Amino acid sequence: MLLIKNGRVIDPSSGTDAKRNIWIDRGRVTRIAPAEGPEAPPNGEALDATGLVVAPGFIDLHCHLREPGGESSETIETGTRAAARGGFTAVCPMPNTRPVNDNASVTRAILERAAAVASTHVWPIGAASLGSRGESLAEIGAMQKAGIVAVSDDGRPIPSAKLLRQVMDYCRELDLPVIDHCEDTSLFAGAVMREGRQSVRLGLRGMPAAAESIAVGRDIQVTELTGCRFHVAHLSSQASLDLVRAGKKRGLRVSCEVTPHHFTLCDEDVVYDARFKMNPPLASKEDRAALIEGLADGTVDAIATDHAPHEAATKEVEFDLAPFGITGFETALALALELVRAGKLSLLRLVELFTTGPARVLGRKRSIAPGEPADLTVFSTDHLWTFEVNQSASRSGNTPFDGRKFRGAPMFTIVAGRIAYRRGE
Amino acid sequence: MAERLRDLLSIEDLTAQQIAFLLDEAKPFQEFQRYLLKKLATLRGKTVALAFFEASTRTRISFATAASRLGADTMNLQAESSSLKKGESLLDTARTLDAMKPDCIVMRHSCSGAADFVARHLDIPVINAGDGTHEHPTQALLDALTIRDRRGTIENLNVTIIGDILHSRVARSNLHLLGKFGCRFTLCGPPMWLPREFECLGKRVRRSSKIDDALEGADVVIVLRVQQERLHEPSLPLDEYILLYQLTPERLQIAGPDALVLHPGPMIRGLEIDPAVADGPQSCVLEQVTNGLAVRMALLFVMIATGSETDDARGSAHAAH
Amino acid sequence: MRVVEKTQLMSATEIDRTLQRLAHEIVEKSGGAANLALIGIRRRGVPLAQRIARAMHGIEHLEVPVGTLDITLYRDDLSKIASHPVLHSSEIAFPVDDKDVLLVDDVLYTGRTARAAMNGLFDLGRPSRVRMAVLIDRGHRELPIEASFVGRDIQTSSREIVEVRLQEIDREERVMLVERVE
Repeated sequence: MLLIKNGRVIDPSSGTDAKRNIWIDRGRVTRIAPAEGPEAPPNGEALDATGLVVAPGFIDLHCHLREPGGESSETIETGTRAAARGGFTAVCPMPNTRPVNDNASVTRAILERAAAVASTHVWPIGAASLGSRGESLAEIGAMQKAGIVAVSDDGRPIPSAKLLRQVMDYCRELDLPVIDHCEDTSLFAGAVMREGRQSVRLGLRGMPAAAESIAVGRDIQVTELTGCRFHVAHLSSQASLDLVRAGKKRGLRVSCEVTPHHFTLCDEDVVYDARFKMNPPLASKEDRAALIEGLADGTVDAIATDHAPHEAATKEVEFDLAPFGITGFETALALALELVRAGKLSLLRLVELFTTGPARVLGRKRSIAPGEPADLTVFSTDHLWTFEVNQSASRSGNTPFDGRKFRGAPMFTIVAGRIAYRRGE
Repeated sequence: MAERLRDLLSIEDLTAQQIAFLLDEAKPFQEFQRYLLKKLATLRGKTVALAFFEASTRTRISFATAASRLGADTMNLQAESSSLKKGESLLDTARTLDAMKPDCIVMRHSCSGAADFVARHLDIPVINAGDGTHEHPTQALLDALTIRDRRGTIENLNVTIIGDILHSRVARSNLHLLGKFGCRFTLCGPPMWLPREFECLGKRVRRSSKIDDALEGADVVIVLRVQQERLHEPSLPLDEYILLYQLTPERLQIAGPDALVLHPGPMIRGLEIDPAVADGPQSCVLEQVTNGLAVRMALLFVMIATGSETDDARGSAHAAH
Repeated sequence: MRVVEKTQLMSATEIDRTLQRLAHEIVEKSGGAANLALIGIRRRGVPLAQRIARAMHGIEHLEVPVGTLDITLYRDDLSKIASHPVLHSSEIAFPVDDKDVLLVDDVLYTGRTARAAMNGLFDLGRPSRVRMAVLIDRGHRELPIEASFVGRDIQTSSREIVEVRLQEIDREERVMLVERVE
């Protein structure tokens, strides 16, 4: 038995924003009642959530746990521990492991490992094509039976409209969303950052924003052709956002996610430090403003971290030679709260973007109600802290936010009724 | 007295005052190149590490000669003979060099920001001898010295740069340097090598893809080397480039008889420049090479000749008659 | 640390009289001045060399070439200097090979400046003879160096500094003895 008392419950699924006590038993929410000085349950613990927000459990649609094959930079154990510290109760690891998660036995191995060591739920995403090589379909049906929640060749775009059409036709019938890493690779070739004033100044090869939106445009047209559910991974430009907005208006089942680093930083922040190198690269100031607008107006469905750990040695190299990607679990909520404090995002929208938004992308529900799984994220909007990468639970420290001062943080992460993370521990 | 230089990573980071100081310091070394005995003991006992991770002949020889004429020893690392091919990281290679206790590292690398990266991780002074398509600070300094000698000033001139601007570290360093002295720029070349964003690198920068237009009123014409490996991408026929962008005597007449012609070298006669221009009276190509020595001697002198103590050594030095 | 002025060692007239005497001595001991060249050590040796040359002209209408030597690059104490020293060109418009060179400086002290000047001079060529003229010799030599022509010998302690102030550089004309006090 667990009691969360006196918290400000924000549940976008019901529109609730009120002080409540929540009783939890055997992994499920059993009772919700207005807060008025309840006692601790006789055989359990009471968490005091006075002054804190109690939200449905956060879902991260996009991360890399690196296991199997990349355990020197992250494991399912360390990655999900970092995710729990960031307030996430479920994470969706991309299939670009070694071997690639393109068949049911890899999916099962990931889930078995997760059942043994993970701090959060692990909802794997399967490869769309065999080996994510972009040639022929992966064993999508078998993987779905084993437990994948979506398909993607993330890290690489699905190269041809023809293959995308096959994947989408197939996934429509399986009711699985197709997530594409949208990029016209011919325009991207050799690029290490967004093309613009800063890339010219630094002499680094740039990629124009159109490299993404060209692919988004193609994908949305194939979505229209097939009727499949389509989700744009780590969307980073105004042009892409406009295409998604127009697609939604036409009634297509199109969704998209934005990462915390894309709504926080921009290409002008890039220095010769590979912690500023990710794909898609940091966008222009104008694009960043458009992304924030999209987060607020509902065009963007989810905030996803694209947590991409890399061991130090691989990132401590020449900018051109470093791999793309930064870690993101532990700073995501705090960065989103910066938008709330700046008046650009409501607290309710923030909660949506971490909970019901990503759940809807996966065709799931997310709410705090009797009988529902007890996945809850309890966070403070005021707690002052500094993110120190050497305190991180992740095995890697490749983030530009090391040393950043934050206001607001996850205080308790409750996964299936158990306290997966408690701040200060 | 200019602010103390720790590293020389880019021209962009220097103030006009620091640049003027370096050019003034180069003056005695220009004189020195005419001495019978071209050997000083000023840097005796000091070691300059030359770490060239990218093929370079002239810049490496120029730095090596500068160091040697100042009496310093050099340590040579060339990419082809280094452990880079064996997969050692740049940082490990740099740390290994550093462990041999040189007094500074002169570094050339094909990746933009490589010198900046090494300087961030090591305490030793780093001189950027060209990093990718970012900057080539000593080239811009020697160009400025050459221009100042011929025209008496580097202020408020009309400077035209012709060639592959996008991939040119020489263009960037010159834009930053001469821009700090009020020069106006016209960048000229095939349109795909002339991104609009270059106009943001200075207050008075315009682009033109037509060479006749670009040469109008130019006081200084900097011709860039055409890197043939770049012609494939985007593909541009060589003959097309020659036809549209070669600096010929006829075209140079548009700029006028007083215009200076500079080229960072190595120069390919008959490609970016007509031999008659390269050898003509307006060409400063050989002065640039000599001035390169002077600038690099001045730089090594400024960066490693003096100590780092902040005691009253100056006061006692004055008294040491 | 500060510096206090103790006494005036020479007035403007005394400086002038001393330079005239030095000029006479030099001409006399050089057997004429046919092959003679004066090289002033930057900074205060430069105006002194020019004045001596003018005085020699006044004596026998001798035209003695005058050059300037900057010894910064030859100093042996550069590594003790924290800031960037300003370099100047050495301006010697005549070949020094086989010349009878007279180095001119304001004060002879440790001898290190003279040593540096000789190094610099020999990088330019091979003079037939090198001598030195100074306005003040204050002792405390650290090298086996002596001047051939000395305006005045002065006893000093190592805490003291001899400051030669010349119109061309300092906008006043006298020699002061100053002392460093903690």
